[in-house]
Amino acid sequence: MAEPITEKRKFTINFGPQHPAAHGVLRLVLDLDGEVVERVDPHVGLLHRGTEKLIEHKTYVQAMPYFDRLDYVAPMNQEHAFCLAVERLADIEVPRRAQFIRVLYSEIGRILSHLLNVTTQAMDVGALTPPLWGFEEREKLMVFYERACGSRLHAAYFRPGGVHQDLPQDLIDDIGAWCKTFPQVLKDIEGLLDNNRIFKQRNCQIGVVSEQDALDWGFSGVMVRGSGMAWDLRRAEPYEVYSELDFDVAVGVHGDCYDRYLVRMEEMRQSVHIIEQCIAKMPEGPIMETSGKVAPPKRQEMKQSMEALIHHFKLFTEGFHVPKGEIYAAVEAPKGEFGVYLISDGTNKPYRCKIKAPGFSHLQAMDFMAKGHMLADVSALIGSLDVVFGEIDR
Amino acid sequence: MSYSSDSHLIDHLENKIGDALVDLAVTGDELVLEIHRDQVRFVLTFLRDDTKCQFTTLVDICGVDYPGRNARFDVVYHLLSMKKNARIRIKVKVEEGQSIASVVSIYPAANWFEREAFDMFGISFDDHPDMRRLLTDYGFSGHPLRKDFPLSGHVECRYDQEQKRVVYEPVSLSQEFRSFDNLSPWEGANYIRDEEAKGPDK
Repeated sequence: MAEPITEKRKFTINFGPQHPAAHGVLRLVLDLDGEVVERVDPHVGLLHRGTEKLIEHKTYVQAMPYFDRLDYVAPMNQEHAFCLAVERLADIEVPRRAQFIRVLYSEIGRILSHLLNVTTQAMDVGALTPPLWGFEEREKLMVFYERACGSRLHAAYFRPGGVHQDLPQDLIDDIGAWCKTFPQVLKDIEGLLDNNRIFKQRNCQIGVVSEQDALDWGFSGVMVRGSGMAWDLRRAEPYEVYSELDFDVAVGVHGDCYDRYLVRMEEMRQSVHIIEQCIAKMPEGPIMETSGKVAPPKRQEMKQSMEALIHHFKLFTEGFHVPKGEIYAAVEAPKGEFGVYLISDGTNKPYRCKIKAPGFSHLQAMDFMAKGHMLADVSALIGSLDVVFGEIDR
Repeated sequence: MSYSSDSHLIDHLENKIGDALVDLAVTGDELVLEIHRDQVRFVLTFLRDDTKCQFTTLVDICGVDYPGRNARFDVVYHLLSMKKNARIRIKVKVEEGQSIASVVSIYPAANWFEREAFDMFGISFDDHPDMRRLLTDYGFSGHPLRKDFPLSGHVECRYDQEQKRVVYEPVSLSQEFRSFDNLSPWEGANYIRDEEAKGPDK
């Protein structure tokens, strides 16, 4: 007969950096008591590319594509924050059509991000079908990205002063047609998950965040809305044309993983609603600031006008100058508040560009959220936090 | 006019924490405080707890490097009040080698931000519970976001077939790093303008 085990043994295990549920290159050092997590020590920085340093060495327009590579699931939302910062600092007026296009594509980005998050989180807890259905829709949305700017992921579409190219009418029509079919797909995914016993067992009462916790840990976006606070930058600090659009802010009750899932599903529905309004209200007109001091002139103009040619040359060698000063501009990115703290010294390159990524604050709360949960819940938690390492490691 | 650039709040702040302030400015819609280095914990606690402020969310902490300045670094705190829908920015000047009080006990979210500032700039925070590097490699030396740190870094790593492990070597670029200064000498650089201003006018 075996001797009874009296000595308590604790395990320290490595989770990642290459783990399918880590959503990227996350290394977690977990201290376990049996199967219960006692301490989580996330090691981040494996995807650190020195974005902020690189931006200091580029002109403002050259710096912009780095923002696609932060949260590569919803690239245009990041570009948006940088463009807003530059525009506010340099006092650049964005034409109305460009504002609508930006809002439209920001909402497409939100759906892209939420679709990926909701469905892969379901996969982390054992469901395989939702990602297959969700990724089909993501594919369609990335084609809309491609048709607007030529690339599926790294768009470089939003520019200080507007957007790079105008949308052709048949693209707008196709987005409108997609808005009609997408709600049914959402319903189908909900049918798989909402009342799914396994999904609920894995998510309800897991990773509960109270209002106070959300404030203490600097949460934003779905992480605060899931805990019952109706805080949405699109409402609180309306930028672009959000103040003219009608949409609801989805709010959770319990602050657990399941409520955050529900909030994300509702936000996708609201995004579709916003996209439809943008299409209906979008005016004709220029899509870029036209003074020639910020955005390059049209190719046709350059053939005729000496001044246009000079503008073009100056913009692509020296770039434009941003007046001395500093600004913090934030947008409601799919993952939360994505902010850019930009310091300009009056030259053609940013002096300092601090990127405030929502996932950074969320991931550092892993220790407090996972404490006392089972090891298997860690993957559900990571999924629910909606982390992407492009933006956390920068 | 937003709540944070409102004169009520500014008067209130000047009354309550005026001694800690070096400067108070409103730029655009943003309220910017500059405070003394030893008052960080006092000011942030006040801003969090005072009923007229309620800046309960710490949005961001970051360092900024000004190598030409006496106090080389700025530590910049961004706070947000969801209740009042207001933002505030707090700046503290820190000399190289000086340390600043950690605010982790006031805002738990400060933990990683302070680690990042230490990692990137070498600013040390007193009483931080877990001061390690955050984003850079294990065993990294130097502080990459300082202006005197080269863009290409000091070391590069590769897998060595003979030693069967990853080795670090000094960076060798097949073409030297080129940084083009495209600033126009007429309208571009500030240093030209400064010299002109000092010239014939005075």
